[in-house]
Amino acid sequence: MARKAVVNRGKCAYCGACVAVCDFFALELVETYLEINENCNGCSICVKVCPMGALSLVEV
Amino acid sequence: MFDVIVVGAGPAGSMAAKTCAENGLKVLLIEKRQEIGTPVRCAEGISKQGLKRFVEIDRKWIAAEVIGAKIYAPDGTEITMAEEMAGNEVGFVLERKIFDRHLARLAAKAGAEVIVKTAFISFERRDGRLKVKMRRMGEEWEVETKILIGADGVESKVGRMAGIIRTLRKSEIESCAQYLMSNVEIDENYTYFYLGNELAPGGYAWIFPKGNKCANVGIGVLPSKAKANAKYYLDKFIEKFGIEGKIVELVCGAVPVYGEIETAVSDNIMLAGDAAYHSDPITGGGIANALCAGYYAGKVAYEAVKKNDFSAGFLRKYDELWKSDFGWKLRRNKKLQEFFLKLDDQTLNSLAKSISGRNIKEMSVQAIIVELLKSNPHLVDLIKNLLI
Repeated sequence: MARKAVVNRGKCAYCGACVAVCDFFALELVETYLEINENCNGCSICVKVCPMGALSLVEV
Repeated sequence: MFDVIVVGAGPAGSMAAKTCAENGLKVLLIEKRQEIGTPVRCAEGISKQGLKRFVEIDRKWIAAEVIGAKIYAPDGTEITMAEEMAGNEVGFVLERKIFDRHLARLAAKAGAEVIVKTAFISFERRDGRLKVKMRRMGEEWEVETKILIGADGVESKVGRMAGIIRTLRKSEIESCAQYLMSNVEIDENYTYFYLGNELAPGGYAWIFPKGNKCANVGIGVLPSKAKANAKYYLDKFIEKFGIEGKIVELVCGAVPVYGEIETAVSDNIMLAGDAAYHSDPITGGGIANALCAGYYAGKVAYEAVKKNDFSAGFLRKYDELWKSDFGWKLRRNKKLQEFFLKLDDQTLNSLAKSISGRNIKEMSVQAIIVELLKSNPHLVDLIKNLLI
């Protein structure tokens, strides 16, 4: 089963840390709104760097 | 067609746009957010020197002035770095919301076009120029430019698309969380830094006064060393030190602690500020370098337009300028950071004890290193080897 990052918008503080570490252009901070696209391969580095614990991986 | 398009209206971008405009270039400054300066992603501290070089001080965006810094080892040993004389303030704590807007206005006043709620999407090189695709208030918009300056922050899309920077690793980024707290009881003449592998793995916690008993209380941790997220460590820090006060704002951010990149340019493109990983690997400070880089990028853009040469070869002039100004310091501090990261709490305590009570007059990394070497001769060779 593949895994993919999801964002909890209630926790996200729009800092862009996740975007800065993503090797796959899978995350984008659109204004103050984080978008995650299909490029995500579930590597989990974004989960690790998020200061708020707003990102997690889910099975897809 | 523009001479220059600047992506990102933070300190680097606004300074670049202002410099371009002052030199008569046709410049467009775009900001993806609808409001410049928010949400803030910064602890807001800057040295007086670093600020005064490029901006005329305006009280409207100075939240507090400090005469020095106090650093605390894990066991509480205190190191004080301070000017002895009142009136010799060495640092400022800014109100970035107002500061960033002020800088953007200066750029606009100098003649730059400023457009908010407009994001950079992509670029295409054509006949020595760039076609830049943007999303302006939800609509696609394409414009030609001779030069593109990426001042689009730690998450720089310009830098990654141009292949100038690579993605940061877990050991190259500080993950930061901060509260603006009211009713914080501290001596507002100082900024405070707290070290410790348990307290803030690979980073430090800070308290920066913002006037009227308010303070930025924050923490940065290195994800390669941390066992939990930054907010977790921040809450623990506040609990441990019994910092009372109401949380009136939450700020998050990521600070590149990469060191000096090889080059910040490619054909038609320059990067400035966090986009070029210009923040300091030890202090995390980035505003002064961003202002400086933005200024130089603007200057070189002007020369490039005058010579009609937008090749990476020509733009390397910009590399020379920022590297000889502060790039060498990023390189040095990256090495020092790697050295400090290896120290356990016990060693940090004993090093702090060796210089505690000293009268360190200058607020700089260098001043601390000099004092450490005076008291710890066994480190001299080590540090020397490190820095060669």
